[in-house]
Amino acid sequence: MGALTLARAALLCATLGLFLAPWHGLQDGLSELSAWPGGTAAPLVALLLDGSRWWLWPVALLLALAAPALLRGRAQASLAWIGAGLVLVVFAAGYAIGLNGLNWGWLAPLLGAPPAQPSLGWGALLVLAGGTGMFAAGQAARGRFGADAFVAFLVCGCGFLLLLFVFLPLVNMLSAALYEDGRLAPAAFGARLVAPEAWSLACLSTHQGCGVVWNTLLLATLTAVISTFLGLAFALLAVRGGTRGPISAGAFRAMTILPLITPPFVVSLALIVLFGRTGIVTGFMWDWFDIPRSRWIYGLPGVLLAQVLAQAPIAFLLLDGALRAISPSLEEAASTMGARRMRVFRTVTWPLLKPALAAAFLLAFVESLADFGNPLVLGGDFDVLSTRIFFAIAGARHDPGRAAALALLLLALTFGAFALQALWLGKRRYTTVTGKGDSGLPAPMPKGLKFTCAAVAWPWMIFTAAVYGIILIGGFVHDIGRGDLSFTWRHLGTGFEVDWFDGAPAFIGSAWDSLFTTIQVAAISAPLTAGLGILLAWLIARQNFPGRRGLEFMTMLSFAIPGTVVGVSYIMAFNVPPVELTGTALILVICFVFRNLPVGVRGGIAALAQIDKSLDEASATMGGGAFQTLRRVVLPLLRPAIIAALAYSFVTAMTAVSAVIFLVSARHNLATVYIVGRVEAGEMALAIAYSTVLIVIMLVMVLGIEKLVGRARLGRGSAPTPIRAGA
Amino acid sequence: MSTPRRLLATGFAVTLTALLPAAASAQGTNPGNLTVYCSVQEEWCRPMVQAFERATGVRVAMTRKSSGETMTQIRAEAANPRGDVWWGGTGDPHMQAAEENLTAEYRSPRMSELHDWATRQAEQSRFRTIGIYAGALGYSYNTTELTRRRIAAPTCWADLAKPEFRGEIQVADPNTSGTAYTMLATLLQVMGEEPAFDFLKAMHRNVNQYTRSGAAPARAAATGETLVGITFLHDAVTQKIAGAPVEIVAPCEGTGYEIGSMSIIRGARNMENAQRFYDWALSAEAQAIAGTANSFQLPSNRNAPIPPQAPRFENIRLIDYDFARWGSAAERTRVITRWEREVRAGAR
Repeated sequence: MGALTLARAALLCATLGLFLAPWHGLQDGLSELSAWPGGTAAPLVALLLDGSRWWLWPVALLLALAAPALLRGRAQASLAWIGAGLVLVVFAAGYAIGLNGLNWGWLAPLLGAPPAQPSLGWGALLVLAGGTGMFAAGQAARGRFGADAFVAFLVCGCGFLLLLFVFLPLVNMLSAALYEDGRLAPAAFGARLVAPEAWSLACLSTHQGCGVVWNTLLLATLTAVISTFLGLAFALLAVRGGTRGPISAGAFRAMTILPLITPPFVVSLALIVLFGRTGIVTGFMWDWFDIPRSRWIYGLPGVLLAQVLAQAPIAFLLLDGALRAISPSLEEAASTMGARRMRVFRTVTWPLLKPALAAAFLLAFVESLADFGNPLVLGGDFDVLSTRIFFAIAGARHDPGRAAALALLLLALTFGAFALQALWLGKRRYTTVTGKGDSGLPAPMPKGLKFTCAAVAWPWMIFTAAVYGIILIGGFVHDIGRGDLSFTWRHLGTGFEVDWFDGAPAFIGSAWDSLFTTIQVAAISAPLTAGLGILLAWLIARQNFPGRRGLEFMTMLSFAIPGTVVGVSYIMAFNVPPVELTGTALILVICFVFRNLPVGVRGGIAALAQIDKSLDEASATMGGGAFQTLRRVVLPLLRPAIIAALAYSFVTAMTAVSAVIFLVSARHNLATVYIVGRVEAGEMALAIAYSTVLIVIMLVMVLGIEKLVGRARLGRGSAPTPIRAGA
Repeated sequence: MSTPRRLLATGFAVTLTALLPAAASAQGTNPGNLTVYCSVQEEWCRPMVQAFERATGVRVAMTRKSSGETMTQIRAEAANPRGDVWWGGTGDPHMQAAEENLTAEYRSPRMSELHDWATRQAEQSRFRTIGIYAGALGYSYNTTELTRRRIAAPTCWADLAKPEFRGEIQVADPNTSGTAYTMLATLLQVMGEEPAFDFLKAMHRNVNQYTRSGAAPARAAATGETLVGITFLHDAVTQKIAGAPVEIVAPCEGTGYEIGSMSIIRGARNMENAQRFYDWALSAEAQAIAGTANSFQLPSNRNAPIPPQAPRFENIRLIDYDFARWGSAAERTRVITRWEREVRAGAR
């Protein structure tokens, strides 16, 4: 696509924003539109003409500057300056003049005492989009981004969004670590970073607990190692286990997806019901084997168990995709040359799995760092950074500076993990899917390995089944916590009562509102997340442009930060003009999109690492632009990664707690926040019943997405199976 | 170019559609709207809001969050408040909000109908918050576990330091829970500072876990996860009425109490309705809702009926809790820091 087309579209967009759409946000909804083109719904041009926003004249002037050349059909490099100018002017004016008049006092000689300026609205959004488009077109006209305007626009647009919704809120929030009682205090900052609460090693020599950093590291490492290991065992069984035997692949998949679609608190609750001091298993052990009742579940073991239950399936999803994407031709070559199965696996399959293994490890590690629900319920005296940060913000002793310093430490841990991953993978290539014809059949697993996998996977399956059995039963009996197992619909009724008024259903149960909002928000954010994530992955993995590393860094940033910090930083950054989003459903959607983005990006990059670049090059040679290559070559090959990203983002949007606990509002409450409230109030049964409903919905959605998008199949498929079965 | 644009447009349209119902519901504002931040159990928040809607026709949007979370939210929203009334939750954060000028001054005409402790709360905060209920501190124990272990039933604070309760007591962490801080302040007032810390050090050996939420120990005692849980008594009553085998103890040395409070947020968008809610929530009929919603605190209106199950203040030795001194930020930091250094850091 040419720079000219893009620049013209951008000009049109910005002009619409200038002349038609209301410049400021509509506080009372669309009813205000009746006042157009005056009142609160006035477009910028009206505001400029009546002089109430005279400082925004540069916007109109810049557009006028860009128009003549574009209309004559020439896209010039100077467009970049005009685009950047538009974005800068709109934001600078928005920040300089807020709800209370002038915010930047040093501008007083220039601006005087301007009237209050509410938040930016649709008009401003269009102008900003236009400005970004012009900036990109200008860059493409200069020959940057391979002179491809499509790539330029994607990079600039994504970069702009990431800056606004990931970087700025975070910097805003973290800068709190530098302040003490509203004054800049570098000494306090240093003291916070090396505080003994974070780094103490007292647990080695005394009965005291260790610093939270050590606790967090230990927990995350254990979780990541065990989850990756389990995920690998499952993936090997699912992909290479052969079609015979007791494994019914469908049930197997459904089963491993179960933990993924569970609200975080519920697994913890089920674990308490099973292994708590008065738990079912504990009671059994006491009655039969005289093993004394203890509280071992509260602390590291319990949190670890709950996290592995949640993370192993994600590792499975990633490794499953990677294993399917490994083209069997190399394995076939190895066995043709006489290598035995074990040797093929050790020297060919395993090394090819390295990127996926690293990705699975990294994901589990980072997820464990950020996990908040499980340590909250099961942590006992075992404190980790995420809970410490939450209580530094929301606890009885409010200290945002301490919270920000702890968040910085958490961030450092995460990036340390990324650095290690990069070190381990090195600069090798992991490409197996090439354009060179057919790939053959995957080799079956070595016997010993298969046995080991089964020995690991099946007990874990039984354990998972027990946990989920508890969750299923728990919602339908009087009180599972105290062992009262008589059947009841009561809990489900409280939450989901439906009455009929005049033939129309009235949803009077207390959980309906939050359920509807949750589904709405998840359904909107999942495709946005998957789309943006895959696009970014493609940009990062396949395009070469300045700032690529920076873009990659920013996509991973939001993942590294615990949800609590994200939530508070969002509410601090987006509660006041120019960008005012709190109290809307939009802030929930944005929060989910940018929080779940890294999963789409990582999955996309891992999958792209295995697709040979020669396919792209073939498309380019035949005259396909970047957009065509993306749509007709890359996207079809990326189907498994897209499914994973869609499913994952839908599911996390329905199960996330910590990030949104500060963002929900009276009108837009979410299911998980409602459940947390029930758990707090001790209504475990209602919490579990609601979770059962959520699980059913998510299961239906995930399976539906999979059906709709379809499973990618690379290679020759299953036709010649009978031959191998006889061998 | 066309397809991504179309995609963008579709996403845009979908987002817009999602926002429409919210926008539409904001209309039709005859008696107006009200946003309530509620910090008691959902079970109590809901009927309160519904009753107010029925009584006045005002459309209420309600969010339920713990008092710590609500405080954080109000602080973060200070420049552009979203909420109108903060109803319920322990008194300390309300006092703190008043101290930080986050809440607005209002003198309700119903002030004369209230108990002294409720109006004293208002006077101390220069009429920025007011008491709506009170609940005494104490503990509950699991009777099944007690008989199984053949331990004599505890009746005083001092009993909790006895060696037979080793690893059997649960209490919240004062860093995160207002309940636990109330316990610290209570013990310091009952015993005097030095003996209180000696007692806390002795009790520390018996504590199996410092929970983060103040109501958690009551739940743990109800299920038998711990033998004794230190909480506000009304939380324990809720568990007992649900059928848990617990016995409730108001300690013999005397005990402290919390005053659940209500404040109007400074800069509320619906100030008139906020004041209407404020007045209504102080009335006897509004406070009578508590008992029907499984909440057994003492109402602050003298004419409101006291739920028969509520732990009555007449039967409890209440100390003269000095909210002004122990609620101040400086004193709180000092006490908690000392507790952390001398008690929490000790060996078990």
